[in-house]
Amino acid sequence: MMQDQQDNQTIDMMLNMGPQHPSTHGVFRMELRIDGEKIIDVKPHIGYLHRGSEKLSEGEQYHQIITLFDRMDYLANFNNELVYCMAVERLLDMEPSKRTEYIRVILCELNRIASHLLYVGTIGLDAGAMTPALFSFIGRDRIQTLFESISGARMMHNYFKIGGLKQEVPDDFVRMVKDIMPVIRRDIDQTEKLLTFNEIFLSRTKDIGVITAEQAIDYGLTGPCLRGSGINYDVRKSEPYSVYQDFDFDVPVGLDGDCWDRHWVRVKEMHESLRIIEQAIDKLPDGDVASPLGRRLIRPSEGEVYVKAENPRGEIGVYLVSDGTDKPYRLKVRPPSFCNLSAIQLLLQNSWVADSVVILGSLDIVLGEVDR
Amino acid sequence: MLSTVKGMIQTLSSTWRGLRKPVTKLYPENPTVLQNRFMGFPGLTWDKDIDEPFCTGCMVCIRNCPTQCMTATMKDNPKFADESSKRRKIVDEFEINLNRCILCGICVDVCNFDAIVMTHEHEESGSYRDGSRMKLDGLLEIGGKYQTQSGWKPAPKD
Repeated sequence: MMQDQQDNQTIDMMLNMGPQHPSTHGVFRMELRIDGEKIIDVKPHIGYLHRGSEKLSEGEQYHQIITLFDRMDYLANFNNELVYCMAVERLLDMEPSKRTEYIRVILCELNRIASHLLYVGTIGLDAGAMTPALFSFIGRDRIQTLFESISGARMMHNYFKIGGLKQEVPDDFVRMVKDIMPVIRRDIDQTEKLLTFNEIFLSRTKDIGVITAEQAIDYGLTGPCLRGSGINYDVRKSEPYSVYQDFDFDVPVGLDGDCWDRHWVRVKEMHESLRIIEQAIDKLPDGDVASPLGRRLIRPSEGEVYVKAENPRGEIGVYLVSDGTDKPYRLKVRPPSFCNLSAIQLLLQNSWVADSVVILGSLDIVLGEVDR
Repeated sequence: MLSTVKGMIQTLSSTWRGLRKPVTKLYPENPTVLQNRFMGFPGLTWDKDIDEPFCTGCMVCIRNCPTQCMTATMKDNPKFADESSKRRKIVDEFEINLNRCILCGICVDVCNFDAIVMTHEHEESGSYRDGSRMKLDGLLEIGGKYQTQSGWKPAPKD
């Protein structure tokens, strides 16, 4: 009898998830140590999508780096362009015109909706729901078509320039945005109705992957992952940049810090973004959007600057050091996805293997930004 | 139990909504409608008044390209000698490696002569190794096509 028990003694199993696993949202490998169905430990491996964007930036002129930022968080291109442009503008000690700022905010908030719509679709796929993904992509595609008519590209826009915009928006910009708003609202509602309070989805996400407020702060989480834990921190509110202080909007905050709260915060954020766009389009001032720098070579004086902004995924920071030449001396990005991903070990320990996919999906990482 | 049934009804009604009108299109038969500002591969424009390209081969786009995907050389303009053109120099060779091009449009922004445009061309393939390296005649061809299609005009001189 004793001998038999010893023979059947269970040992931990190593399970590889990724890098080509469809639920890792990119090329991300997790080395899971599992005991039966329970995860004991997880070792994340990143770097499969490393392109050296920060080092490449040191060899590019200031206006060329915008293309690299487009490719960093490839689901929130406008938000990334904005934070880099703000950093260089602060180095140059200049301010873009009000119209530029308003158009930037409108495009950034539209991009936030597009990013969150994609998130809602993919979390549905991770939890086993096929329909929301199909419906959310309809709304996202509408926004991308709008972007195409404004900037000429669906994803890699290169539209924000240092001190201005690349070109004036189309004549029917206001009408286009006003037309798309009710449609997007309907798309969001449709996707949300399918998923948020669905019984199966609730049982898959409620009380799964809980992170307390203290832990979330310790791990440096930002964005919806932090707000899902009940902490009201949004860079747009706490340190308003661009023209965000002109708008009236709320910051949705979760309660428990589980997967469902993180999901709910994102869904509510989309509605808040729509509110911001509505106010911005009504107040859109006239003026010039062209950069006062024109085609001149950008050569900031020596100095360093740290600028942060609220991305769909959290707080993105850019640390830029200039040595007075036409290329930056150093550029460091604080990517929200990377910091949010650092909590994966804490979240996955003592959870089930089947939940690992949902927990990773609820962090909403973009590997292009994690690895840079 | 009740909420499960509710969820099922919600999903089924969505399925019905989806069945009525497809939002997707079959690709090669129904190509997507491109917006006016769509940025495809870069092409070179043709000055119809003088019958020569706008490009002088000044290399400003090449120096500003983030991926270094272009090369160009210039030559003396023969039409400048007989005074039919104001351009002292004219492009001799121009090559864009379309595999490296990231369609950012910086070359168009920096060009002083309105010589380069982002065309609507986006479906290119080659069956040989250098198939995606587009030479001057190919670039002028797609640029000219864009010019006639969209009624492109050079920016008015101040």
